[in-house]
Amino acid sequence: MSRLHAALQDFDALDALAARPTALSRLDPRVKILATLGFILTVVSFDRYTVAALLPLALFPLLMAALGDMTLRSIGRTVLLASPFAVMVGMFNPWLDQRPLLSLLGYPITGGWVSFTSILIRFGLTVAAGLVLVASTGLPQICAGLERLGVPQVFTTQLLLLHRYALVLAHEASRMSLAHELRANGKAMPLAVYGPLLGHLLLRALQRAQRIHQAMLSRGFDGQLRHRPSLRWQRADTLFLALCGMGFALARQVDLAHLMGQLVLGWLR
Amino acid sequence: MSQPVVALRGLSYAYPDGQQALRGVSFAIGAGESVGLIGSNGAGKSTLLLHLNGVLKPAAGEVLIHDLPVMAANLAEVRQRVGLVFQDPDDQLFMPTVQDDVAFGPLNMGLPLDDVQARVAQALATVGVSHLAARAPYRLSGGEKRLVAIAGVLAMSPSILVLDEPSAGLDPAARRRLIQLLSGIKHTRLIATHDLDLVLDLCTRVLVMREGAIAADASPEVIFADAELLARCHLEMPLSLQRRT
Amino acid sequence: MHMADALLSPAVGATFWLASGATLAWSARQVRKDEREYLVPLMGVLGAFVFAAMMINFTIPGTGSSGHLGGGLLLSILLGPSAAFMVMASVLTVQALFFADGGILALGANLFNLGLCTCFVAYPLVYRPLLARAGAAPSTRRMSLMAVLAAVIGLQLGALGVVAQTQLSGISSLPLSTFLLLMQPMHLAIGLVEGLATAALIVFVRQARPDLLALPSAAYQTASARRVFPGRLMATLGAVALVTAGSLSWFASSQPDGLEWSIARTTRQAGLESPQSGLHAKLSEVQKSLSLLADYKFDLAAKPATPALAPALGQATPEAAWPAVDASTSLAGVIGGAATLALVLALGFVLRRKGSSAV
Repeated sequence: MSRLHAALQDFDALDALAARPTALSRLDPRVKILATLGFILTVVSFDRYTVAALLPLALFPLLMAALGDMTLRSIGRTVLLASPFAVMVGMFNPWLDQRPLLSLLGYPITGGWVSFTSILIRFGLTVAAGLVLVASTGLPQICAGLERLGVPQVFTTQLLLLHRYALVLAHEASRMSLAHELRANGKAMPLAVYGPLLGHLLLRALQRAQRIHQAMLSRGFDGQLRHRPSLRWQRADTLFLALCGMGFALARQVDLAHLMGQLVLGWLR
Repeated sequence: MSQPVVALRGLSYAYPDGQQALRGVSFAIGAGESVGLIGSNGAGKSTLLLHLNGVLKPAAGEVLIHDLPVMAANLAEVRQRVGLVFQDPDDQLFMPTVQDDVAFGPLNMGLPLDDVQARVAQALATVGVSHLAARAPYRLSGGEKRLVAIAGVLAMSPSILVLDEPSAGLDPAARRRLIQLLSGIKHTRLIATHDLDLVLDLCTRVLVMREGAIAADASPEVIFADAELLARCHLEMPLSLQRRT
Repeated sequence: MHMADALLSPAVGATFWLASGATLAWSARQVRKDEREYLVPLMGVLGAFVFAAMMINFTIPGTGSSGHLGGGLLLSILLGPSAAFMVMASVLTVQALFFADGGILALGANLFNLGLCTCFVAYPLVYRPLLARAGAAPSTRRMSLMAVLAAVIGLQLGALGVVAQTQLSGISSLPLSTFLLLMQPMHLAIGLVEGLATAALIVFVRQARPDLLALPSAAYQTASARRVFPGRLMATLGAVALVTAGSLSWFASSQPDGLEWSIARTTRQAGLESPQSGLHAKLSEVQKSLSLLADYKFDLAAKPATPALAPALGQATPEAAWPAVDASTSLAGVIGGAATLALVLALGFVLRRKGSSAV
């Protein structure tokens, strides 16, 4: 139940973030989508034992968050609470891969720990990039961008409808769940209660769908979706995309962290 | 009356489970009239309203809008002339933003984009929610949602406005704002409602429904003075009238 | 279980994106061709329902653990395979974007595992044939059985998908057998849960409002019965699979295994035994005590060296204590990493303050 509440709050919070006008929201959503995709591809294209070289790429989500006027805390919390599947699988690496790979100040570090750290960093970077995309752009704009990039309109329309009614239905579900909890005397929900409870929710959802359909018909809907979002690609968009592309390519080809380390060591000596 | 804009003749309809919802309903509404439709829950008010723009098809009888029979061939025109505002604005505001939603109707009418934008701006201004144009529907209060729903219907330039329980769930201030808006517009109005005081404020004629049929059709003064009729239809006098006596 | 970006390689991620994307485009065409315009609002609301339903857990009788609805099978029953696939795609998209449950690159893979395997395999190949044979009004127990069978098969396939995608990507070190041993039984339980939940819902709605079940979905189902296995779609998917398998296996055979190659590069030796002292000795002890892992221990020396690396390997040197790593190289890497991180964070804070003062 608390998980439901927390999830709904996060959902709401991301939408609220996206609604504010910032420097980032002025960019065409297509640019932000493409930049995020490029970023993720760059991150996962590294060798499994890469750790330091990944770090300069953290600049991208940080930059986006700064431009979008988001606090690190708002994004960071969801990153920490995100699905831990990658971490759970990655945790096996130190057990399984015990070949020493490098030595730091006399202590050997196995390949397993290196690859596990790499997984953690990848996880943090990719999750952060996705969250920043949603928080800066919002789903309606993302769908507009997707449509112009060739995604079928049936899909984006349906995605937007899901987004529109997810909170409505989730609140209904939360109320029904609470009503049960208050009479459950501490016991968890058995299947015999779950069936009718969710069944009622499903019934109401089906009836709501019928009413929405009637409302659509009442305003002249004939099956064809005529909503065409207008997007304008401007010079700032091309510039942003080019900069990102060059940045990713640079970080991929040159181990910037290593370079910096050598500079520091050279300066220390 | 000279030329009824809405005419029902012998309308009958049954629910899918067989229960009879409408039994031979007949009445006519003239241009510019403001009519209240009252009755207990289950009397058939919402079902009746859905016949006015062809969402439901009667088993018997007919509906005429500006002398146009409501049938498959005329649906587009009927739905432009009859603007139906649903009971739950959440069912009606399904687009991502307010202005997208208000534009839905005009876009379906096939109008050019400039026209659509002009209509959207006009409708939002009429209703007084221009400042909410870029807002998402779930960030609106109940009263604001109701007003946006009305704007979405007004943008299609209907001649007849049909509202299903418009004041339900509104706080007193929002309710007052709604009444002010509805009293200011010149469309022919049919308002199905439990809010009997709203009927007193807005309507010059009252239709009383009971078990799928029209039980009475007169002015509010006559209807609300008939205690026996009200009791039979599971209704009572408007609260403001009760306190006076 | 949702696949994550962190475990994916670009090749695998892109391949599954293409496969799922093609299926989505095809499904969109099917839905558009359908003349019933109530399908779009129905799909949207049912997607919201699945999303909301995922948040309510029920207890599995006898075990004390809890489960929740996945949705693929239920949606297929209510909407038909193509529409259900699209709804699953939107549910997964919202989960990925808003809750970081599955990554953006992994979306293609997740849609394949949780959408394609349930809507286009489990439903038409298992549930529908069983339903056809069950007669007009199957009993609750019969429906539960059918739903459980279909859900289990669908989820097993999905779990196999996750394992395959992880293995092919090569970021995780989990050997195939261990991974399978972990995933498949777990998804057996999840499939049981899914089937029971789906059956409970369908039975309830059938009793309460059979007209709601019959309306759009039934007609759509029978009409599209022939459309589920279009020759073109299967040919496309088959070609994609062949190309992927072919190119990846070429890569695997012509280059040494990623792990060996990386070690050979950094240590200038290869295939070392882990030194029996300090941290490593302790780890080995613990590992041996975990009998499960002991049998499936990742052991480079035991693994046959790939052809490309064999000449360079020669014999493994068992007595090597520390690898002959260039100490300054590793130190530079670590220092550089820390410095970069600090710099990046600092820049982030500076920009944030600048940004908020400008607003």
